[in-house]
Amino acid sequence: MSGPSTYEPKTGFTRWLDSRLPIVRLGWDSFVDFPTPRNLNYWWTFGGVLAIFLMIQIVTGIVLAMHYVPHVDHAFESVQRIRRDVPFGWLLQSLHANGASFFFIAVYIHMFRGLYYGSYKAPRELLWILGVVIYLLMMATGFLGYTLPWGQMSFWGATVITNLFGAIPVVGEALREWLWGGFSVGGATLNRFFSLHYLLPFVIAGVVGLHIWALHVPGNGNPTGIEVKTKKDTLPFHPYYTVKDGFAILVFLTVFLAFAFFMPNVLGHADNFIPADSLVTPSHIVPEWYYLPFYAILRAITFDIGPIDARLGGVLAMFGSIGILFVLPWLDTSPIRSMRYRPIARWFFLIFVAACLALGWCGAKNPDDIIIAMGTDAEGHATGFTVLTFAQILTAYYFAYFLVILPVLGFTERPKPRPASIEASVLGDNAAQPAQ
Amino acid sequence: MTDQNGQEATRRDFIYIAAGGAVALGGAFTLWPFIDQMNPAADTLALASIRIDTAAIETGEQITVNWRGGPVFLRRRTEDEIAEAEAVDVDSLPDPVARNDNLSADAPATEENRSAGNGTLLIVKGNCTHLGCVPLGEAGDYDGWYCPCHGSHYDTAGRIRRGPAPENLGVPPLSWTSETEVQIG
Repeated sequence: MSGPSTYEPKTGFTRWLDSRLPIVRLGWDSFVDFPTPRNLNYWWTFGGVLAIFLMIQIVTGIVLAMHYVPHVDHAFESVQRIRRDVPFGWLLQSLHANGASFFFIAVYIHMFRGLYYGSYKAPRELLWILGVVIYLLMMATGFLGYTLPWGQMSFWGATVITNLFGAIPVVGEALREWLWGGFSVGGATLNRFFSLHYLLPFVIAGVVGLHIWALHVPGNGNPTGIEVKTKKDTLPFHPYYTVKDGFAILVFLTVFLAFAFFMPNVLGHADNFIPADSLVTPSHIVPEWYYLPFYAILRAITFDIGPIDARLGGVLAMFGSIGILFVLPWLDTSPIRSMRYRPIARWFFLIFVAACLALGWCGAKNPDDIIIAMGTDAEGHATGFTVLTFAQILTAYYFAYFLVILPVLGFTERPKPRPASIEASVLGDNAAQPAQ
Repeated sequence: MTDQNGQEATRRDFIYIAAGGAVALGGAFTLWPFIDQMNPAADTLALASIRIDTAAIETGEQITVNWRGGPVFLRRRTEDEIAEAEAVDVDSLPDPVARNDNLSADAPATEENRSAGNGTLLIVKGNCTHLGCVPLGEAGDYDGWYCPCHGSHYDTAGRIRRGPAPENLGVPPLSWTSETEVQIG
């Protein structure tokens, strides 16, 4: 969609600059005159929201690093000092901690948008894959950052996650000590986590650049999933989408700031206000909320699968649940992008969203908790439908959605008629034409 | 030796391949310090052993000491608890190997091979073999330890009985320096 440039430098200086470094032209063609489908709904505004949150996290993070001390004896107190003594430290720390949560809320909406409207399909496979890379980098950055306050959840979360690597056959033990820089999570671990937590956001910014580049080659998808055919299908990005994105960003920021100002600890965990103790584990370890579905998948594998023991199986399932997103463009066999016109697939999609939310709920619970009580066993213990069983069913659905449902539906589903063009879908031309 | 165009290999080809090889090898050598710096440092390795006086541990009592940044349990068990551990058929265990650093790697997980070799004392590393949480003492369905993180049950000899943990709690390297003083590591 990136056609010939429409930028015309008007002053002597911009003409001089344009023939040497056409940076104004790049900005003009990318964010002012960029032709954008005229039917984008509010689900398309989260890319802009995410860009804002990456900036919020980098700016607040850089100033927090001026006060934070990455040492096992001082880390916990230095964070409390930021919250109590440093001028506006309470605000900056709250923005950064809650900003991580809202960053993830936005990325999950952005990803579900992509899943529903088939944004990952040709010619946007690489765009999608770069997005999954960004998501993985976000998860790594969030995990490293959560370790830094050095509370009990920080310490034991880091212990559990780094121990996942111990499940890898042969090299697992050595790899774990290499990650720790010792025989357990300790001072060396905290220092390197701080270093990497500072590095990764800039790596994310770099991949975001590639993501936008890959977006601007085919151009935006849209709710109909029909490609842009004529100029009538598009509007210039500015002012139409700068205003629409800007409005969505302000609404989202309002909710975010309500949390940051008035309930700064609601999304955190009480145990993280206890300094890290390597000899006592909290009675119930949970990761940050945005990892809970994957934590539930990790714990759902309690049985050996052939030569793979339960621990390695859980780790493989957890990483596999994200890894599968990389090959999604080739698993979904349907030529129809948007699920608006896929009457069966949209139901499976809605169940998939519900399953992801339910997995998150399971991740926060104790696996042995009973959801539906069904009497007692011979020894008098209560039995019934447990969180573990529920999580196992949901995990099976999660993988079935990608490995069975989407590949099969592409052949069996009969799509609904689609509009002739984006323009026709917007401007009321209801002369819908059958799917081609 | 000829290339696809039938040309003889020249001195230039040799220099080209040799230079490329030297760059690849040099790159690998340059990378190694940047990878190896992450491994435990010399001072971390130097803190690898501690000595503990076990005389004060009463029967039925457990103490936790810090070894290599993690917990080690020292538990003076009751006769009942030892009888319970001895009564188990080793072959029926999820992990039938002793996991005792003082014995060979294939020693069976009998009560004798698990104990610290000094009366009723049991000394095991206090990190669950699943994902490293610290199990709670005198808890779980087998009267040993229970890991609250993911629900692993250990018996009175620190052997895994039920749950996701793949191995028995490890017995660290032990040497008795006197009747009651033990060196770990």
